[in-house]
Amino acid sequence: MRIAYKTVKFLTIVAITLFTAVSFASESDKKHDVQNDGGRVNTKSEVEAYILHHIKDSHDFSLFSYTSDSGERKHVGFPLPVILWSSEGLVTFMSSAFHHNDDGHVIVEKNGLKFAKIHSKIYELDTDAATVSFDETHHATNAHKTLDFSITKSAFGLIVIGLLMLLWFSKLARQYKTKKVPTGFGRVLEPLVLYVRDEIARPNIGEKHYRRFTGYLLTVFFFIWILNLAGLTPLGFNVTGQLAVTGCLAIFTLVIYTVSGTKGYWMHMIWMPGVPMLIRPVLAIIELAGALIIKPFSLLVRLFANISAGHIVVMSLIAIMFTLKESLGVVGATGLSLVLSFFITLIEVLVAFLQAYIFTMLSALFIGMAVDDHAEAH
Amino acid sequence: METLLNDFSPGLFAVSTILLLALIALMVKFAWKPILNSLEERESGIEDALAAAENARKEMQNLQSDNERLIKEARAERDEMMKDARNITDNMIAAAKEDAKEVTATLIEKAQASINQEKQAALAEIKKTVAELSIGIAETVIKKELSNKKDQLALVEGILKDVTLN
Repeated sequence: MRIAYKTVKFLTIVAITLFTAVSFASESDKKHDVQNDGGRVNTKSEVEAYILHHIKDSHDFSLFSYTSDSGERKHVGFPLPVILWSSEGLVTFMSSAFHHNDDGHVIVEKNGLKFAKIHSKIYELDTDAATVSFDETHHATNAHKTLDFSITKSAFGLIVIGLLMLLWFSKLARQYKTKKVPTGFGRVLEPLVLYVRDEIARPNIGEKHYRRFTGYLLTVFFFIWILNLAGLTPLGFNVTGQLAVTGCLAIFTLVIYTVSGTKGYWMHMIWMPGVPMLIRPVLAIIELAGALIIKPFSLLVRLFANISAGHIVVMSLIAIMFTLKESLGVVGATGLSLVLSFFITLIEVLVAFLQAYIFTMLSALFIGMAVDDHAEAH
Repeated sequence: METLLNDFSPGLFAVSTILLLALIALMVKFAWKPILNSLEERESGIEDALAAAENARKEMQNLQSDNERLIKEARAERDEMMKDARNITDNMIAAAKEDAKEVTATLIEKAQASINQEKQAALAEIKKTVAELSIGIAETVIKKELSNKKDQLALVEGILKDVTLN
């Protein structure tokens, strides 16, 4: 186990050094301004498209791209499995089959079905179509979306971070078997666990019930926080900026506080005591909408919007390097970009923690409201 | 809004739901439960230890006050005993003195009594001896000078005179 841990540590360090070196190299590549740019991202609209593409989910894990001397666009990364539920049932292949094409020109044939990838979505072509045809608004006319259960970049990131969390915290858990105070990395993790338990779960849920929900809150807190931080690395994860993931987390919270709500909680929601009879149904509608729609919606949108916005801002500031090159010169644009993106990244590190804290805190608060005894009459 | 909905991937939603449920279950089972249990155990252990220390401190205090009380009592007892002993010795000395006085007084009395007795006896003896001597003298005188009546009377008178003078 110790050896395995050492290996993981070593690999992480190697990966980090590699990625920093690589991203540096790719940036210097981008500075070349040749007439025929071979897919280089160096105009305003290209930057915009690149950023919007980045914050979306993707089917392969691309670390960086560059344009070779022959003007060919090269992508460095690794493919991820594509799992589709098509009209003919389950279809699987590796994402490398699309050759990094994202505009529907590469057709993959599998089990007699044709698939194309358009803007990170996989479409199944109609049986008689050979290529994808588009209408004026760039919508495919002869293809339809499939149910896509692929291990995308986000799902991959989720698995990696999940395994990392399991490794770290089960190691901490095993440490307690032999000693009262953890050593090494466990000493860093323990106060964080205590922080979530004593500052988030306990005060918001209450001394009586907090024990039941602390496991969920701890998982959510560390999951969001670590993935937020991973999103700031050059790996380019944007897991917590995916609506599907934040929606999933928000629905978990919704299910937990709906299922564990006490009688008093439901009574106060549906038939508020102490107000005139005529107002009660109106209040019930407002309360139900608040509990079942607005609360989870606020959770999912807050996290999604904050993280996505953070990514957009950081990448836009990095892109100043290209977009303001004409007006400020190479040195000026690069310097400005470096200073601004440095400071905004510092703020994003804070935001990464803050959003994890807010999501967990609000979840705890909602659960606390649901399990509260409501003994006192309002 | 439309682009947002377009970006929402039901597939990723399903995948992340399954993965997250698995992650939560695994984390709760292998990490949070043992960690929280150990933390609570440790906290209650610390609390117990603190309470025990407080109890021990109180006990020590009690013991100390007990000790002080005992020492005080012992000292008082000792003082009492010393006082008693002194009284006893004083009494004993006084009694002994009294006894001695009595004994000497009786001894002296006895001695005086025996002296008196002896004296009386000696006096009696002397009287007897004197009487015998007188009688002897008287015999001889009588034997020798009893020829004339006048001398005889003068002699008796003289003897009687002597006797009463003695």
